[in-house]
Amino acid sequence: MADEDIRESLIAVQATGAGTADAVAIDESTAVTAPDRASRFIRAVRFVRRSPKFALGAGIVLAIVLFAIFGPMLTQNPKFSGNEALQPPSTDHWLGTTGLGYDMLAQLAYGARGSLIIGVVVAAIAVSLSVLFGVVGGYLGGWTDEILSLITNIMLVIPGLPLIIVISGYMDGRTVWFVAFVLGLTAWAGSAVVLRLQARSLRNRDYVAAARVSGEKAFRIVFVEIMPNLLPLFAAQFLFAMVFAILGEAGLSYLGLGATGSITWGTILNDAQVGMALTRDAWWWFVPPGVLIALVGGGLSLINFSIDEIINPKLRAAPAAVKSVRKARKTVLKDDHAGTAGTTVKVDA
Amino acid sequence: MKNLEVKHVVKDFRLAGGRGKKFRAVDDVSFTLEPGKTIALVGESGSGKSTVARMIAKLEVPTSGDIMLDGKASATRGRALDSYRHDVQMVFQDPFASLNPFHTIRHHLERPLRLHGKAKTTAEVDEQVAHLLERVNLTPASTVALRRPHELSGGQRQRVAIARALAPGARFLIADEPVSMLDVSIRLSVLNLLARLQREDNLGVLYITHDLATARHFSDEIMVMFKGKVVERGPSDEVIMNPQHEYTKLLLSAAPNPENQGKLRAEVLAEMNLGEQASDRDRFGTRGM
Repeated sequence: MADEDIRESLIAVQATGAGTADAVAIDESTAVTAPDRASRFIRAVRFVRRSPKFALGAGIVLAIVLFAIFGPMLTQNPKFSGNEALQPPSTDHWLGTTGLGYDMLAQLAYGARGSLIIGVVVAAIAVSLSVLFGVVGGYLGGWTDEILSLITNIMLVIPGLPLIIVISGYMDGRTVWFVAFVLGLTAWAGSAVVLRLQARSLRNRDYVAAARVSGEKAFRIVFVEIMPNLLPLFAAQFLFAMVFAILGEAGLSYLGLGATGSITWGTILNDAQVGMALTRDAWWWFVPPGVLIALVGGGLSLINFSIDEIINPKLRAAPAAVKSVRKARKTVLKDDHAGTAGTTVKVDA
Repeated sequence: MKNLEVKHVVKDFRLAGGRGKKFRAVDDVSFTLEPGKTIALVGESGSGKSTVARMIAKLEVPTSGDIMLDGKASATRGRALDSYRHDVQMVFQDPFASLNPFHTIRHHLERPLRLHGKAKTTAEVDEQVAHLLERVNLTPASTVALRRPHELSGGQRQRVAIARALAPGARFLIADEPVSMLDVSIRLSVLNLLARLQREDNLGVLYITHDLATARHFSDEIMVMFKGKVVERGPSDEVIMNPQHEYTKLLLSAAPNPENQGKLRAEVLAEMNLGEQASDRDRFGTRGM
């Protein structure tokens, strides 16, 4: 079983293309003899299915995505104010109504749609920009790299949320796309730094040199030879940017700086605050959007952790290692207390 | 005049930290590679062998000197460089690093085929890939083509790398220590494969190695490099049997030889004993520390 685990992890590392030189060397003896010749995708899926973190995270995110897609079809118009105001959850209104008589479930479903769209758009913008500034700069080097990394560093030290607030404050009619654009503009710098370093390491690999000797153009080397080997990193950064965007948008909308006329979880929270939901004991007004924001953030982060574990199999052993250290420390302390000697033994992890 | 001529090539590397400090990796190296002939470039690590290879493969630009193909100065960019690459290809040292782990074997062969106009349609690519794989004894070609590098052994990967270098229809092949990362047991078969392909295509091969035995076995001419300079050159047997330069003699004596069995040990012991008496330092220079 243990052997199989190691092999699976190596295959997974290979599958993600992030294998270090020595991982490739070790895996040589095992993977060649691997009896099943299933595709890398299936192997990766097989690994991921065994990871409870991934299963839980993916389950949460999938449920919320389905809710965002199909929820609005099943609920009433979220701006229909003909309902009785501030009703607690009942059979008519499963999650009650707001102070303006809006159906809470409808608001939540449309809000899910708004928040997720912002998340995906921002993540796409952020990843594209980090590819441009990180991978392209890192591969080309020289002056291009200097200029691109200077811009990256400037964006890195500008604090994100205050900048968003300032920019949003200057705009009157804010569309969803504008908010997404502003969030995307502030979310890419960290990823670009990581990608730049990775690309700089990959560009010195022999297979990149071999592609150059074959006559491959720089553009194709970046996008066909280097980028696929960064895929796990992109996935992690995409999810991270999505979490950042959903939380950031909620924050903006809560402050009243979100897209005008849109419904997101953030606008619901803002409405709840304006409508004094807390003092009126209308918990159904602010708890559901808050819980959903937390769930999406948690779910995406869990997926991210399991991707990290595919990239770096050492992480999977980490909890067990911590546990064994803790156990060892306990036994030492116990012995120490039981012992008659007056000296104490300090054990550092 | 069909040849690849390296003329007085010099390569300086700027050292990090030292202002304007330079390290001369290759110092005035000249030789001519002719079709059907093999030149071995021998030397220790850091002697500049690989830098010569990388300059010929246009991965480095020489500080001065020329690389001439068929009597014409070779380009460093643009379409002229493409046509140079059409004729001059390279096999890298490490077959574990020189194939992209993400792509199939087919991709590795398809790209040079398409880039150099050897195959245009998918059917042509399939046919050419199969042909190339068969030439390097990787059969059945149809299954090998769909595999990824990590599913092949080191020797198999190096064969793929050789097939890739042959794909554009190259006339000159730079083999940078092509077998040094391989198991001893499969080195000979890879070298024999290279020799066979050379005969079939009348390739001019620059065989870079630190192994004098295979250099002699495999090549017509041997050049010995030391600290960036070519210190000795000549027909293989001549260089091996009758070395002129001190460094070549040292290289030869460093190669394990069945006749020397036990001798070296005695020499080392003598040196150690002598060293302890002769100075106040022991062999590692750590006495008194």
